[in-house]
Amino acid sequence: MKILVCISNVPDTTAKISFTDNDTKFNKTGVQFIIGPYDDYALARAVELKEQHGGTVTVLNVGESESDPQLRKALAIGADDAIRVNTEPTDSYFVAAQIAHIASQNSYDLILMGRESIDFNSGVVHGLVGEMLGIASYSPVMKLDITGNEAKFAREIDGGKEHLSAALPLVLGCQEPIAEWKIPNMRGIMTARTKSLAVVEPVSVDDSTVLEKYALPAPKGSCRMIPAEEAEQLIALLKTEAKVL
Amino acid sequence: MHTETAENQALIEQTVRDFAERHIRPHIRQWDETQFFPMDIFHQLGELGLLGVLVPVAYGGSGLGYRAYVAAIIELSKVDPSIGLSMAAHNSLCTNHILMFGDEDQKNTYLPRLASGEWIGAWGLTEPNTGSDAGNMRTVAVRQGDHWVLNGSKNFITHGKSGHVAVVIARTGEPGDKHGATAFIVERGTAGFSAGKKEDKLGMRASETAEMIFQDCVLPDSQRLGKVGEGFIQSLKILDGGRISIAALSIGTALGAYEAALAYAKERKQFGQSISRFQGIAFKLADMYTDIEASRLLTEHAADLKDSGQKVSLASSVAKLHASETAVRVANEAVQIFGGYGFTKDYPVEKFYRDSKLCTIGEGTSEIQRLVISREILRD
Repeated sequence: MKILVCISNVPDTTAKISFTDNDTKFNKTGVQFIIGPYDDYALARAVELKEQHGGTVTVLNVGESESDPQLRKALAIGADDAIRVNTEPTDSYFVAAQIAHIASQNSYDLILMGRESIDFNSGVVHGLVGEMLGIASYSPVMKLDITGNEAKFAREIDGGKEHLSAALPLVLGCQEPIAEWKIPNMRGIMTARTKSLAVVEPVSVDDSTVLEKYALPAPKGSCRMIPAEEAEQLIALLKTEAKVL
Repeated sequence: MHTETAENQALIEQTVRDFAERHIRPHIRQWDETQFFPMDIFHQLGELGLLGVLVPVAYGGSGLGYRAYVAAIIELSKVDPSIGLSMAAHNSLCTNHILMFGDEDQKNTYLPRLASGEWIGAWGLTEPNTGSDAGNMRTVAVRQGDHWVLNGSKNFITHGKSGHVAVVIARTGEPGDKHGATAFIVERGTAGFSAGKKEDKLGMRASETAEMIFQDCVLPDSQRLGKVGEGFIQSLKILDGGRISIAALSIGTALGAYEAALAYAKERKQFGQSISRFQGIAFKLADMYTDIEASRLLTEHAADLKDSGQKVSLASSVAKLHASETAVRVANEAVQIFGGYGFTKDYPVEKFYRDSKLCTIGEGTSEIQRLVISREILRD
């Protein structure tokens, strides 16, 4: 089984977010980057499936060289080889087009990624990739097993779960608890150095969106604690001050 | 020589940090309060490759150098110094003694088990009456044909009770004679080898410290580690490297306390502003940072010397002395910055304060470090 795992290179969840160039560029200074947490689940499940069924796991990122540490980590966790499409990921359509291009050159049985990245959170890349390749896509997938040419999986729906089966190939957007995040071991880290990390140039895609400006949410106001026995005061404040009642 | 790239080093640090945050941090307080030695964590550390960091891949280890080893101890100790201490003792003392002085059979028998975390190792030099004066140890090994008979006791031994195997130094010659001691490998379950009291300690409480007792403990000569009479000299060489690991433990402990104090100083408001804006607090933080950075450079220097096979006694003693004294000072100032809250168990610094004190005592007190350093610099 050939599995492609697409990972995004995103700011750590505790990073302080700021912008430069008149709020048109994300300020990367001092920001620690990580593998997108949802992508990390997809990667963990891919490595488990490889251990069960054999095959290969290729990890793919659309990004510049700053993504290499994350690709190396994926290799240390158990991916066999890595591909980086050497370009700044501009929007979901652009990223999906790059992924679809790589995927069309190799016949993968499964293309896994997170349900969404945690920077721009658009959550549409899996759907776009499926459309571009003409194969089915599902998200968010929280359980996944493979038997022969068939995938059995569970998808989160409003208020419950939907259990599905579908023939491979598939594109799946993943989330917990599909697998537990994996921590690489020392030997994995050392072997990762000997695995291939191919850097390929992007295909050209027409700009579909133009970024005008970023804006941060208003800072949180101070918090006022009201003792439980003074619930009336809370209701009064919600009416008069917060004006939500 | 090992050539870990900066990227690899960063990945090793991140890996250990992720593991510590996920599997150690949630339990710190409970382990501390109940003096619980989390054996499961050590099996997991073994799976990660952190219990045979310096052991070559051929013997089931990770085959990394001291730089990576130092980084791993720092990251563990930042979260819980007692786990860093146990990890360091397992690697630097027991495992390293067998790696450096064991024969092929001994290495093949013990190193894969120790490196994988299937077995936890202990190392016994100190005795109730001989700490710094280890040359006068009373535990004796007497040769009887193809066997040795051990009698005596070792105390303050990390994993003295739960360790599956111990390297033990016993006297085989005259007291005080540098060539009067020999090292042995003793497996748990060997007749005549038992565990004594587990110590109830000020700090490092999740790291087990216990007594090991030998009463007519009979060992075949194949359990002898290296040549007869070389045990004490071997131990000094083991401790030369071990000091690098205690320096790393000290840095991790200091960083844990410093980072907590730094965050608190920015958050805590008095007189209408963050206390970090008061010079009295800001200068404390500056001194803490400076001392930690100096300790880190000294320790990395010692690690580099060790990795390149150079003599490391002076450099490792200097690093251990500076880093351990720094850990105590930084943890003390961290409690001061936290004020009343620092004195409570609701905040992490009181534990760093208690844990830090081990650093100036274990694997050679600060006084012994000064002895080693002064001898080296005064040598004609």
